[in-house]
Amino acid sequence: MSYRLGVDVGGTFTDLILVNGQTGDVHSAKVPSTPSDPSIGVLNGIGRICQNAGIDPNEITHVMHGTTVATNTILTHTGARVGLVTTKGYRQVLQIARSFVPGGLGGWVIYNKPPPLAPLSLTIEADERIGARGEVVTKLNRAKLTKDLKALRKKGIESLTVSLINSFANPAHEQEIAAIAAEVLPDIPVSLSSVIVPEMQEYERTATTVANAYVAPKVAKYVRNLQRELKKEMKRVQLRVLRSDGGLASAKAAEDYPVNMLMSGPAGGVSGAMWTGKQAGYKNILTFDMGGTSTDVALIQDGQAQLRRETSVHEVVVRASSIDVRTVGAGGGSIAYVPEITGALRVGPQSAGADPGPAAYDKGGDEPTVTDANVVLGFLPSGEVRLGGDMVIRRDLAEAAVGKVAKALKLSVKEAAAGIIDIVNENMYGALRLVSVEKGYDPRDFALMGFGGAGPLHANALGKLSQAWPVIIPGSPGVLCAVGDATTSVRDEFARTFIRGFSETNAREVAKILNQLINSAARSLDRDGIARNEQKHTFQADVRYRGQGFLLTVDFSLDELEKQGLDVIGRQFDEVHTQLFTFALQEEKEIVNLRAVAQGKPAAVRATSLDKGGSDPSAALLGEHLMFVDGKDRKARLYDRSRLLAGNVVRGPAVILQMDTTTVILPDHVGRVDEFGNIVITPE
Amino acid sequence: MPAKIVETSPKAFERVAVDPVTLDIIENAMLNARHEMDAVLFRTAMSPGIREQGDAFPMIANVDGKMVVGQFGSFIYGFKEAYEGTIEEGDIFLITDPYSCNGAVSHINDWLLLRPIFKDGRLAAYAAMFGHMTDVGGKVPGSLPTDARQIYEEGIRVPPTKIYRKDVLQEDILNLILHNCRLPHWNRSDFNAIIASIRTAEKRVIEMANRFGDDVYYSALEELLDRNRRAMAQLIKTTVSTRKQSFEDYLCDDGMGMGPYKMRCTMWREGSKIVFDFEGTDPQSIGSVNFFLNEEMFKMFAGVWMIMVFDPKIMFNDGFYDLMEVRIPRGTLLKPVEPAALSCRTHALGRLFDVLSGLFGQSNPDFLNAAGFSDSPHLMYSGYDKNGEWFQLFQIGFGGVPGRPVGDGPDGHSMWPNFTNVPNEFVEAYFPLRIETYETLPDSGGAGKHRGGNALRVGYRFLEDGEISIHDDRWLTYPWGVNGGAPGQRSRKELVRKNGSREILPSKCDRIQVKEGDLLNFDTWGGGGWGDPYARDPAAVVFDVDAGLVTAEGAKAHYGVVLGKNGGLDEKATKALRARLAKKRGKTGIFNFGDKIPELKKRCQKETGLPAPKQPEFPRFIQAIQANAARTAAAGKRQKAGSKKGKAA
Repeated sequence: MSYRLGVDVGGTFTDLILVNGQTGDVHSAKVPSTPSDPSIGVLNGIGRICQNAGIDPNEITHVMHGTTVATNTILTHTGARVGLVTTKGYRQVLQIARSFVPGGLGGWVIYNKPPPLAPLSLTIEADERIGARGEVVTKLNRAKLTKDLKALRKKGIESLTVSLINSFANPAHEQEIAAIAAEVLPDIPVSLSSVIVPEMQEYERTATTVANAYVAPKVAKYVRNLQRELKKEMKRVQLRVLRSDGGLASAKAAEDYPVNMLMSGPAGGVSGAMWTGKQAGYKNILTFDMGGTSTDVALIQDGQAQLRRETSVHEVVVRASSIDVRTVGAGGGSIAYVPEITGALRVGPQSAGADPGPAAYDKGGDEPTVTDANVVLGFLPSGEVRLGGDMVIRRDLAEAAVGKVAKALKLSVKEAAAGIIDIVNENMYGALRLVSVEKGYDPRDFALMGFGGAGPLHANALGKLSQAWPVIIPGSPGVLCAVGDATTSVRDEFARTFIRGFSETNAREVAKILNQLINSAARSLDRDGIARNEQKHTFQADVRYRGQGFLLTVDFSLDELEKQGLDVIGRQFDEVHTQLFTFALQEEKEIVNLRAVAQGKPAAVRATSLDKGGSDPSAALLGEHLMFVDGKDRKARLYDRSRLLAGNVVRGPAVILQMDTTTVILPDHVGRVDEFGNIVITPE
Repeated sequence: MPAKIVETSPKAFERVAVDPVTLDIIENAMLNARHEMDAVLFRTAMSPGIREQGDAFPMIANVDGKMVVGQFGSFIYGFKEAYEGTIEEGDIFLITDPYSCNGAVSHINDWLLLRPIFKDGRLAAYAAMFGHMTDVGGKVPGSLPTDARQIYEEGIRVPPTKIYRKDVLQEDILNLILHNCRLPHWNRSDFNAIIASIRTAEKRVIEMANRFGDDVYYSALEELLDRNRRAMAQLIKTTVSTRKQSFEDYLCDDGMGMGPYKMRCTMWREGSKIVFDFEGTDPQSIGSVNFFLNEEMFKMFAGVWMIMVFDPKIMFNDGFYDLMEVRIPRGTLLKPVEPAALSCRTHALGRLFDVLSGLFGQSNPDFLNAAGFSDSPHLMYSGYDKNGEWFQLFQIGFGGVPGRPVGDGPDGHSMWPNFTNVPNEFVEAYFPLRIETYETLPDSGGAGKHRGGNALRVGYRFLEDGEISIHDDRWLTYPWGVNGGAPGQRSRKELVRKNGSREILPSKCDRIQVKEGDLLNFDTWGGGGWGDPYARDPAAVVFDVDAGLVTAEGAKAHYGVVLGKNGGLDEKATKALRARLAKKRGKTGIFNFGDKIPELKKRCQKETGLPAPKQPEFPRFIQAIQANAARTAAAGKRQKAGSKKGKAA
């Protein structure tokens, strides 16, 4: 027998999903996380889940894992000491960046720029030059470079990045420098921009390659440690890590290209939502993942997540494919305040974080947060009705905190709390619009899936705002991510910048390059033990009207390209351009990048089904309490999620409690428990 | 005659109560709509000027034309007053002539598209956007001739014109206009992009009115304007004195060998209102550096300035306009008389922000920023390549953001909203040149407790014969420092011919012939320093030296920081040197302008390699115009008094 395991490491709980490779049967387990060394929690979980399933850990062949380690390295500024080699005249490429100052007219008055990930004191210039068409203008001065690299060694760099002008058109000098570095700095890892992201735009290419080098040691350490610990118990296990684009990478690829893992965490949630939605019969989904400090949203159309050619973490923006997840600084910990001069109610982006956290958590916080507002309104029950966790919830502290805002607004405490919730909902709705309306999608054609610690609290309200029905609350947020990890497939892609007008190239030339690219991608999957007949190969071109800056990505097959020529690309481009921007142009079109993607088959997983019950949910009833909604107190019923059965119908106003989240069903709405344990909310 | 608005529904909007939360929601939704306008524009525009550098500005205004969200304030008053036709459902106006819209746009490169938004037969809002077109015809590629004496030389001017009627594009008119431009396909694409963007705004406005109800939506916009007015009233009261205060700064030259031109503004508070009076500003130039400044737009500049400096959380809109009065004498550099040339107005526009900064800062030194990169210099390079194809490059330059109370100024950055540089690899792929140097110049940022950002050097190696134009300033006067900070380094342009000979080019010039293999070093200027450089954390100075942003000599001379042999800080020597330098320097004033104008002129040739500009000659007709204006005003007063009397009778 062979088993696959999906693992999600959250701040509080580690969730695991075990899938039988032959039958698709599933077991799950939840254990406490161990932040100092997450592998301990993972192994505890594996022990538990194997015991439950009655199997030997050695039967597990694959462990699939989404991780936030790369993201956190950037957020906490704890990456490597990166040395950088640029072309002569471009030493300050990261310092100057795109010269952009955010914040509108006068924004420069208050803008402080974060320092580059590779400091200028560790950046040297190579005396060399490649021209725009890849021609060598000036040969590399090897002697000078050798001397400068030796000086860098003395400064204690831990990693070296080489990013030269026009290296996307000819990588020869970058390769030459790598060879010299191998001699001068034998134990320092080297990343080349022509390998990490061989695309035009020197700042983005450099920033991406440097970010890769910056997070690499932390990611490598994490992955190696986890793999070593896993191997102790499971001899033949392979660890795979979820990429930002929702595909899986081998542990080796994750170590080499960690810049592709920056959104690994959120990608797990989206992948899980995709799978969960499919089981429940929904292929078009808006995902709504609300946590303590931020909310991630994404759009899934026809069972596929939207991808984009960019990943951003805080102020670091890199060229790496990722699921188009938009993040807003609105979460349970977001702080509400009223500026003196305008007297307006504002929520976030400042957050009370985990420490001190919301006032209600009684850990020293006294600022009013979204969580406190939820407590005041009775959306988040306090006192003895709580389930699981050690978290204390003190309603009196929440009221005192929200009272500050209420006083400034001259409203009652409950009205102020309702205001806070309305504003934060509106902010999150803004993010949903970014991925839907702004891209030409109508939210009414989508279901909304709410997860994360706070998603199920707000999902019903977001459904009302966006008119995306039904609102689906999956079984458990952590399990959802673990399912996402377990149900995705191995993926790798290779791309090349190839700038040609449609009139300057032809289908044969394009196909030739794509064949080379897919060979590289396929070989990468071969190495992962995925047979060629198990691989799916797809092809993409990034296209624009000549002169435009914005690229649109078009998918096609080699077969179509052969039969229809470049027209297959051009026609689709016009269609997408019209959908997004309401018009198409008679201008010459231009290919900018070509990309080949190889993907393995996803694991077959059978959804667990819940025991069937009648429509009456009263067996799960815990009690009643007051909920302030639509301007008045209403009696709401409290339910225990673990005792709800398939077919149960919960009428709002109601609050459904479980260990790791709380679901609110608003008045005039009804939640039906489906056979997989999802709560499906619709207006009554 | 002002414009006539044609509505098919007579029902007026009703002001109703809006609860505070709905108000905040509508405010956020309006901001989202405005960001969406940007997103649509930048993705679909084609000229690098708009697409990469973001030289375009969106706005959504209420039914009266007051800007609710946007950046440069509403230009709709100017338009409505100057336009004599009707405003109807399905119209989109194209306006490029500054003189027919009271300076709503200030040179004809800026194409303004304005859409009245109707809902159920009623005018409900306006959406507008203007963007800088790379070329609008005229005597030089890029349409910014430094030697133009009249606006007719600067390209095709479009008075307010319905480019869409009943939502149908008037193709003949558009074709006529495009026929006069050197890069018509860029203009057409950018035009389409702006239209797509304002249509997006329209969609959002209508959705919002449907969601909340027309009257709630209308009232919320009014309330947002009121809210801003209340906040600004508070700000004005606490930050502006009733005592008159003046500040002046200079435009270095006019590109015709004359300068500098003085820009002077006096500010004081009368009750709850601020008055800005530009009396004392030099007369208009006979060249093209005039800046037709719309009074309402200046209010927005001043308002935004106050908000950013004193309380950035205030959402800005037009609500406070009646709290400001702006007086700009006709016939001056800032209110030139038609048909004065206007194309090179960018320098005066930039300098206006330095004037504002000095004006507000002198009584609030804690909030004072130094003078920064108050311009957006241009380089044009055009010609025919070896295949006989026409090429035309338009690039915007970047420079040093000044030292500020919040910290050091970024190096080689932009001070305009949304501007970004064009990737050099992109430029090299599409234009016949190689950018050999792209770096900021060490020591070019003014020394200070918070250092001014460094100037940027771009080294362009030309790969085809062609001609270039340059538009820059601050080559004679200094970007000043404040509160003890030193001025930043001035700008400089040097052409290194293929044979090695070097020549300094003027800061503003046209039709300079370049040959394949020539190199242009385009150096912008640094930001002024903020605060006493001897009080700067020595570790920060050492960091900058390590980074190559300040030289070891600069650290010693400007910061009194001495580095030891290993490159680390020599604490003892630093302490001693700082004490000595501080004593020698003595007390510092609020501003450090480098030197007085006559002194700068005297040393001009030696320091800059260029002859000092001559005293400007002003157009003779200005005096006549001013006298006429005075007579008309007097007559008007008499007439008004007369008509009042008549009515009373």
